[in-house]
Order: sequence, then structure tokens, then C-alpha cells
Amino acid sequence: MTVDISTPAMGDAPAPVVRDRTTVQTPRLGLRDLIDEMVSGLLGRPGRLVLTALGTVLGITALVSTLGLAETAGNQIVSRFDELAETRVVVAPSDTGFGGQSGTSSIPWNAEERLTRLNGVAAAGTKSDVDVSGALSKSVPIVDPLGINEHQIGVIATSGGLLDAVRGQMATGRFFDAGHDERRDPVVVLGPAAAQRLNIFQVDIQPAIFIGEQAFVVIGIIDDVAREPDLLNAIVMPNGTAREFYGLSAPAEVHIDADVGATQLVAGQAAEVLAPDDVESLRVQASSGYTAVRADVEGDVNALFFVLGGVSLLVGGLGIANVTLVSVLERTPEIGLRRALGAARRHIAGQFLLESTVTGLLGGIIGASVGVLLIVAVSAVREWTPVLDGWLPFAAVGLGALIGLIAGTYPALRAAQTEPITALRSG
Amino acid sequence: MTLIDTGAGASTPPNRPEAVTPVIELREVGRTFPGPPPVEALKPSNLRIDPGEYVSIVGPSGSGKSTLLHLLGLLDRPTAGEFLLDGIDTGSLGDNARAGLRGSRIGFVFQSFHLLQHRTVRENVELAQVYNRMPRRDRRARAEAALERVGLSHRIDFTPRTLSGGERQRVAVARALVSEPSLLLADEPTGNLDTEMSAEIMDVFDALHRAGLTLAVITHDLDVSARAERRVRITDGRLRPA
Repeated sequence: MTVDISTPAMGDAPAPVVRDRTTVQTPRLGLRDLIDEMVSGLLGRPGRLVLTALGTVLGITALVSTLGLAETAGNQIVSRFDELAETRVVVAPSDTGFGGQSGTSSIPWNAEERLTRLNGVAAAGTKSDVDVSGALSKSVPIVDPLGINEHQIGVIATSGGLLDAVRGQMATGRFFDAGHDERRDPVVVLGPAAAQRLNIFQVDIQPAIFIGEQAFVVIGIIDDVAREPDLLNAIVMPNGTAREFYGLSAPAEVHIDADVGATQLVAGQAAEVLAPDDVESLRVQASSGYTAVRADVEGDVNALFFVLGGVSLLVGGLGIANVTLVSVLERTPEIGLRRALGAARRHIAGQFLLESTVTGLLGGIIGASVGVLLIVAVSAVREWTPVLDGWLPFAAVGLGALIGLIAGTYPALRAAQTEPITALRSG
Repeated sequence: MTLIDTGAGASTPPNRPEAVTPVIELREVGRTFPGPPPVEALKPSNLRIDPGEYVSIVGPSGSGKSTLLHLLGLLDRPTAGEFLLDGIDTGSLGDNARAGLRGSRIGFVFQSFHLLQHRTVRENVELAQVYNRMPRRDRRARAEAALERVGLSHRIDFTPRTLSGGERQRVAVARALVSEPSLLLADEPTGNLDTEMSAEIMDVFDALHRAGLTLAVITHDLDVSARAERRVRITDGRLRPA
């Protein structure tokens, strides 16, 4: 064959390279060139790219979906607690503990009446422990030397509305009302545990109990309460009755069941309604306790899933490191060629580092997307509201890239150490 | 020593050999590999290649050919003597500057071509311009011009897999030419080719020589070395004119 070769500067060929014969130009790799080389390097072996990224995809998917599902599930649990917690308001004198008997309480006896006039109050009632001076309770006025039929049972005085305020139901009979209170009738209602200890199971025969020597008629037995479980193991009597027989001086605390969403409104007004002359003497507590439960539940679930996601990510990172290392060994001739074409060691390291970082980044993007889809799918099946922190998918993508970067460091350094001599001969 | 004055050496006044800056100048250059026992792969030798020369370096395997190739290609450093490339003392240069010199002044042609299988012919040629500050917009035209010089304009968008061995090696030659190096350094360029394809490559080399390029071809093939205008023999680590 014949080859016709003209001089390089002839015709419309590009201008010859003008080079100062004595200066040495250090090699340079522009950002666009670096990106081009990275893209070609990755897309040249699409199958390998997919397999390499798969580990990160799985890890990020696991992380995003578990974190998101933990949050979603946590919010379902919390929403069940919330309705109860968010409607609870308790008012007590600021200088005594809750439930303690108070000699200086400024809560008026008609607290229930005053509060139920407020907008947003579904029910309200006072509650005070009654000091019975250690008197024992029994259901029959017989001293039986063989059987123990006397018990130390707590006595609590309430207003008629308390049962509704703590969302209680009666098992049998009825709760006392304002009439009993006013007339100071010797009637009581028993908590289920107290009723069992006193052997009273029905009230239609008007059973009586004795506290010390004083007789009281049992008019009802409580089934359950949603708040203030100490009522379940107590003898409950009207305020008036407690004042009459035990000299109760003032209600110890007021319980309010607020309408949903009205809690803050009620809490803000309660003290002024109860003690307009001395607002500071009362302490109002709204929606308590359950916030801690919420944090606990979420924390536990998250910690577990975080470990799972972390392990899968570690595996994903090792996958990238492994495949990149194999790739470096396999591409040794290419590395040698690039070095012969003037690439500095840092250019080689940079290219492999960028390739592994982008692999991790792609894995992160796909993983975060699949993870979000999983959360939505699971939520749809379970009829949950999917909940996800807005930053999570983006953080997951960043994490994928970071893992690629870390995983690629050692292979990239190995690539940079490759001697062109050995590399070029091995081809 | 013959001097062919050509366009490539146009800055040098003709007919005054002593004023010409040689492309390659080895002054008592030796390379000893540390032992035990130490191996003196290249004994202190002198070599001068002037612009436009076509030199072949022949020798049996194990004679130090590879060592010489690596030294000439700045892929290795001599343990003794001085190596001047285009008058630049390479001994004082760091890794970075040596990589820069390699990328801009030496065009490599290898026995096994070393083309990237996933890239087209043009992309393979353009790759040689990535590291040496060639503006991106010029690269395509330069790559096409280089491919035209080796007669491969019709194969520009092919991938190396679809080419014959001779064509692949011509792509490698185009890649070596594209940054207009001072020296085209070929290592057994016909080692993987049959006779016909070898002749094809040798024709290309002849044409490049006529156009003024400086060539150094390392080979054990006497037919190939016979095409050069000057031959240097290397035996047992010693260089001498053949």
C-alpha cells in the first residue's frame, strides 16, 4: 500500500504547535476533561457500573426506607397517644405537689362550675386526697377474729364532673352528682380494685361500707379511667361529704378534659377563672408525660434500623472498593498509557477517585429514590401517612457519594503508584 | 552522522550541524538495577539523535533495549550520566515536569497498540491531547488531521475492535503524532503484526521521516531496522553504531 503524507503545516490543517524549545510545561487536566474521562471510563463498562453501584443502592435504600418507615410508624403510635395527652389540663396550687392535700389551696369549691362555662372545656372536676387519720375500711360491721376484712384504702374526694374529666366509665351503678355534693350525702363510689378488696360487686342492694366507724352507701363501681389511675384503687366520695366528715379544706387539683385543639386556650384561661385575684398561686399543666414516650419509641426504633442501614452501607462501600480495585488492576495498561501520554500521578488518582465517587453518587440517587418509593408503598398498604424528613433523601445521596469517595481512595492511590513501564509491557 | 534538515527543524539554520540542538543526547548514561546482585542493564553510553533523523535501535532480547526505551521515553531515570531532551537536562526535573515533557515532546508507539477498546478511533487520538494543555476546540481538527496523515480518515468513528492490526497500529501512530512531538519513539511497532501489516507501518514511518519527523524505532527485526537511515546496535548493555 502507499501512504501519502503531507507536511503537517500544509493546507487547511490546524496550525502547528508553537513550543518554546527550552521550557517545560507541566501537565494539566481541565475539569471538563476530567469529567469526560470519568464519564467514558464509567459508561465504557455499563454492566460493571451497575454491579458496582448495586451495593450502594441496596445500602442507601435500606437506610432511607428504614429511617422513613421508623418515622412513619413512630408517628402512628404517637397519634394514638396524642389525642389523650393533648386534651389533658391539670391545675394545682403552685406551692404544693400534685395530689397532695393542701391547706393553702386557692382552688374554689365551685371550680367545676366555673370551668365548664369556658369554651373548649369538655369536662372538669376537682380531685383531692382525703385524710381519714388511718381509719380502716370494711364492708361489714363485724369484727371477725379469724378473717381480715379491714383494709387500708385511700379516700379521694371529687366533684361530680371528675369521672368525665378523666374519661372514666362506670361498671355498675352511677357516679355521684352535684346534689350529693350539696347535701353532703354519705355516699361513695368504688374503684374496681377497691371494690374487689371490699367484696362488693353489685350496688342495686345498696351495700354499705365503713370507714372507721362511719357508714357510707356505695352507689356505683368504676369500670376504668383513662387518666388518674389511682382512682381505680380508691374510695371516691363527693367534696361536700369529705368536708362534712373529714374537714377537707380545699380541692387539691382540678382536672380538665379539653376539646381537641383547645388545650392551650383552656390552659391559658383556667388559672384566671379559678383564682382571678391571685393567678400566680396556681400552676397549669397541659399535655404532659407522653412527649417523652414519643421520643423514646422513635429513638429505639431508629437506633435499630440505623444499625441495619449502616451495615448494608458498609457492605456497599466494600463492594465499591473491591470492584474499583479490580478495575484498577484490569486497567493497568490504560493507566500506563495515560502516564505515557503525559498524565501526572495526581491525574490518574483523580480520575479513579472521581469514578468511584460518581458511582457512589449514582447509587445514592437510585437508593434514595427506591427508598422513598418503598416508604410510600408500605404506607399505602398499611394505610399510614408517610412521614419523611425533607433532608433525608438528599443526605442519603451525599452519603452515597461520600462512601464512593472513601471506598475509592485506596484503589486510586494504587492506580497512581502504577509504574508506566510495567503497565505498558503487560498489555 | 547524517543530518536531514526539514520543516520540523526550521528554526535551526541549515548546514551548521554543530549549532543544531539534538532531540536526544545521552552523555555517559547508564542504568544499574539495585541487587543483589546489581545488574548493569545499560553501561555508560553516548547517543545523539538530531532533528529529522530516523534511527533504529536493534538488539536481541535481554540486551538492554527495554531499559534504553524507558530512559529515552522518560519512563525511568538513569543512574549515571546526563540525558538531554531538546537540550533540556531531564535529570533535574521532577516527576511532574517529566510527565509534561513526555506528553508534549514524545510520541509513543507500542507493540500492543494500547488503544482504549471502548472509544472510537478519533477519541483515542484525542486522548493524547487531554493532558498537555491543548485547547478543547482544536482537538477534533488535530485528531482528524493526524488520522489523515496515517491514511485512516475513513475509520474515524470506528472502534479499535473492528480494525485490522495494521490499522490499529496506525491509530496508535496518529495518537503519537497529534501533539506534534519532537520524537516518535516506537517499541517493537511490528511485533504483533504480520509481514504485510508490518510493511504498512514501515511505509507510514518512511513517509513521516520524509515529512521531517524524528523517529527512534526499537526492534529486534532486521527488516524493520534496515528501513532506518541509521542503525544503532545494543548488545549486553553496550550501544554502538551498526
